[in-house]
Amino acid sequence: MKALLLRDLRLALRAGGGFGLALAFFLIVIVLVPFAIGPDPELLRAVAPGVLWLGALLACLLSLDRLLALDFEDGTLELLATAPLPLEGALTIKALAHWLTTGLPLVIVSSVLGVMLGLPSAGYLWVVVSLGLGTPALSVIGTFGAALTVGVKRGGLLMSLLVLPLYVPTLIFGAEAARRGALGLDATTPLLMLAGITCGVVACMPFASAAVLRMGLR
Amino acid sequence: MDVQITDLSLARGGVPVLAGVTMSLPAGQAVILRGPNGAGKTTLLRAIAGLQPALSGRITGAEDRIAYAAHADGVKSMLTVRENLTFWADVFGAGGIDAAIEAYALAPLADRLAATLSAGQKRRLGLARLLVTGRPVWVLDEPTVSLDTGAVAMFADAVRAHLAQGGSALIATHIDLGLEAEVFDLTPFKATATTQAGATDEAFL
Repeated sequence: MKALLLRDLRLALRAGGGFGLALAFFLIVIVLVPFAIGPDPELLRAVAPGVLWLGALLACLLSLDRLLALDFEDGTLELLATAPLPLEGALTIKALAHWLTTGLPLVIVSSVLGVMLGLPSAGYLWVVVSLGLGTPALSVIGTFGAALTVGVKRGGLLMSLLVLPLYVPTLIFGAEAARRGALGLDATTPLLMLAGITCGVVACMPFASAAVLRMGLR
Repeated sequence: MDVQITDLSLARGGVPVLAGVTMSLPAGQAVILRGPNGAGKTTLLRAIAGLQPALSGRITGAEDRIAYAAHADGVKSMLTVRENLTFWADVFGAGGIDAAIEAYALAPLADRLAATLSAGQKRRLGLARLLVTGRPVWVLDEPTVSLDTGAVAMFADAVRAHLAQGGSALIATHIDLGLEAEVFDLTPFKATATTQAGATDEAFL
């Protein structure tokens, strides 16, 4: 398992690994939002938590395409399926590697990019905490979507359509927690819901992902 | 322990291709799988490797003992030869990669990115992976594609050494490897129109 994690991290960091893709996309979205909706600080402050969450979610979605497709193309997935490592474990590790190379950097830069949107100082902590709790769920659900469309040529569109509805609960509670935090309200309830979604998804989703992947490899 | 296949029927893409295949793969022996294109060689090998279910029949003795090599080598082009081999050795928990590097003369290439290898060199790396798995049953699909005669000889030597250690190998190939192996022809097992396709759920998958 450790070998697979290290390999995925190493591949992500090498040329063509797509490490910076999600990060750059997130950066572009957040930088462009003030240009698009105008320089009104009140307005920006109101939408900041939601825009940060939306940007992170779409950046995550953008990078899912490569999660399993590259391993499928060069035959690695078939060989992994015949390896002693259970497929459920392998997919959990791949989701973890995806989170470490996509979700975690987004969480870190979101704390800085809040400045661009005039996020109130009380909100920074909550944006980072809610993204930190929510992005693992995005990676795990995304792995399921990638597993579901693994044999489909140019499956990116199909995968986005399948994954987006599954992302909605995470987005609602994550953005709500960040919004309440930014307004100085109590954010405990949405944060607990968000943490619950993440825990449930991390516990159950790998089994579904492995099952659909086995079917996809047939 | 031998791999035993009893009355196996297989489908590919919902169409039955093989019916009533019965064969055994004894320890210490190699079996060469032959048959024209589309005879179902790859389908049979994938079923033995556990990648696809059978319509009917049984495969015993294959569980967790198979090292499978398909048309694609599973080589990551942005990793070096050594990193690729080390990864598979770690996944299978079998340890050392030095023997594998030596058997396929990969030492001069060990620190090159796999992306810069030729097709034959990549295939040698793919075959070297078999040696680091430590698995007793090799299931190989056209292992000699794009290999030159020298590399084919290396491969034959590796198979012989593997058999001498009590391993076994099932190899689908069209060329003569110079191995003392039984030949198993799949042509007589072609599925006919009467082959039961089983209650198929393909429409929903």
